[in-house]
Amino acid sequence: MATKKALTGVKRHSLSLIFLFVGSLLILFTMLTLFNMIFRQLVFDTGGLLEAAADPEVIESIVLTLYCSFLATLIGAILGTPLAYVLARHDFLGKTVVESVIDLPVVIPHSVAGIALYALFMSRSPVGGAFSSIGVVFEDSMWGIVVAMLFVSTPFYVNAAREGFQSINPRLERVARTLGASHWKSFYKITLPLTVRHLFSGAVMAWARGISEFGAVVIIAYYPMIAPVLIFHKYTTHGLAGSQPIAVLLILICIGVFILLRVSSKYWEKKK
Amino acid sequence: MITLKNVSHEWDDFSLKNVSFNVNKGEHFIILGPTAAGKTLILETIAGFYVPRKGKILLNGKEITHTPPEKRNIGFVYQDYSLFPHMNVKENVAFGLKMQKLPKREIETKVQDIMDSMGISYLENRLPSTLSGGEQQRVALARSLVIDPEILLLDEPLSSLDPRTRETLRDELKRIHEMKGTTTIHVTHDQDEALALADRIGVIMDGELVQVDEPYRVFNEPVTEEIATFVGVENVIEGKINSNQEGVALVETGNYTIRALSKLTEGEVNVFIRPENIILSKVRLESSARNSISGKISRISQFGATFRVYMDNGLSALVTKHAIEELGLKVGENVYASFKATAIHLIKR
Repeated sequence: MATKKALTGVKRHSLSLIFLFVGSLLILFTMLTLFNMIFRQLVFDTGGLLEAAADPEVIESIVLTLYCSFLATLIGAILGTPLAYVLARHDFLGKTVVESVIDLPVVIPHSVAGIALYALFMSRSPVGGAFSSIGVVFEDSMWGIVVAMLFVSTPFYVNAAREGFQSINPRLERVARTLGASHWKSFYKITLPLTVRHLFSGAVMAWARGISEFGAVVIIAYYPMIAPVLIFHKYTTHGLAGSQPIAVLLILICIGVFILLRVSSKYWEKKK
Repeated sequence: MITLKNVSHEWDDFSLKNVSFNVNKGEHFIILGPTAAGKTLILETIAGFYVPRKGKILLNGKEITHTPPEKRNIGFVYQDYSLFPHMNVKENVAFGLKMQKLPKREIETKVQDIMDSMGISYLENRLPSTLSGGEQQRVALARSLVIDPEILLLDEPLSSLDPRTRETLRDELKRIHEMKGTTTIHVTHDQDEALALADRIGVIMDGELVQVDEPYRVFNEPVTEEIATFVGVENVIEGKINSNQEGVALVETGNYTIRALSKLTEGEVNVFIRPENIILSKVRLESSARNSISGKISRISQFGATFRVYMDNGLSALVTKHAIEELGLKVGENVYASFKATAIHLIKR
């Protein structure tokens, strides 16, 4: 009797079990790819990893990557937060078009994005020329890296922020206004604090997306080398053995930073 | 106190049409109407979230049609209470006073006073998500009353509570209104709530204010058939006035004649009789001020604690279980449905 029950139990859950098995193949694929590289590096070539970690060129490029992506995220947040709020709160003619434009960078091949950015921001173009007259040059410069990262990471921040604002009932702001808060103040005192978690996780995603960008950056700014470009450069000149230690180092640092951000945001939330 | 003059506005899928009414100081005015009749939109327009395309809103004789919500001093309690989830009860209540930039000590005293009078002081450090519906309701009320609003707007304040809490809070609303005397505009679809609290009732149907009257008149002398049906006058019989003798109209309905107190002297009418005003008996109750109409019981169904008895003469009556047993009422039995001439309301067709 008991066995029969257990059997029907399995039968009843058979769909979930099979789905779980199929799904775990996908997880395995991702994990195996990364774990294989990290494990082999750590076990068979610890020296190479330490050497990479001690190489100023490598460290400089990783710091540059994190910093440029941070700047891109900051600019994206400053410009993207108001946009996300408007999209979450208002319906207007052409809203679907605006939303599609925001998502465009996700579907455009990044080499194409790089070429487009280069054409717009090179010193010979009107826009690039205007910037270079105030001393901001994009070709082979940090600002080139930042615009490329901004272009590809924008959708991640704006979409997360918009979802955040959408999750806040507009009635809260309305009540705040009947209690004497101006529209600005009700946004600042009510909506913003309630959305900060969404904004933060959107920023983390955008930042990660910026760090991982290669295609667009490499076209507008091969130098100074960000880590993904350096890794590609080493791969073409020194092969797998030359590029893998840097790749592993970058992955380890990124994973470390993400864990730190996750933990700190959890702690922050609990404190509130 | 507050006056709406021909207020009209269109939204994507709804419009308010020429809404006009006036609420006096200290009055508890209830806007009664079915769901999706535009009740919340009227309140939101009064609060200033929408500027009506046509018409005017006046507060104490001054036009406020274009005044932003934060400058109107009008309190608002939404159906879902809309407490600020990231602030505890005390911070929620203090919010409006902080916006007025009052001195800290004054805020402290006022917040404490209102929380004491609402019986929510023990909740002061709790977050809204940990409160029951009734508690949230009190906090929302305290938050809007602490700023001493000119007008308090209540959007279905009792409808998301369980029946017992609802009754308690209904009495509480009455107590607060008597204590503070705040002019209140309150929207609901619940007739009991309206009857229990309203000084006057405005009935809204499909974006239009169709009747503004004292509660008694709305329930007993509805001006249209829609209102009659909505407020529960469920016996509607078509007829024609034959004559009127000293204020008593004789209405011919085809099968029987109804005597109704009315000023109408002729024409086609609808006769409205509330089911609870009909008495059932086995013998004819003879009286000049009373109608007594025979009929056969076609159906008996239970409605909460009472029973509704349907007859083949087009009438239905509400009776108690006791009455059913006492009279031995069964489907197929012959009975007399009696009701006073004063319990009838005639509306011209």
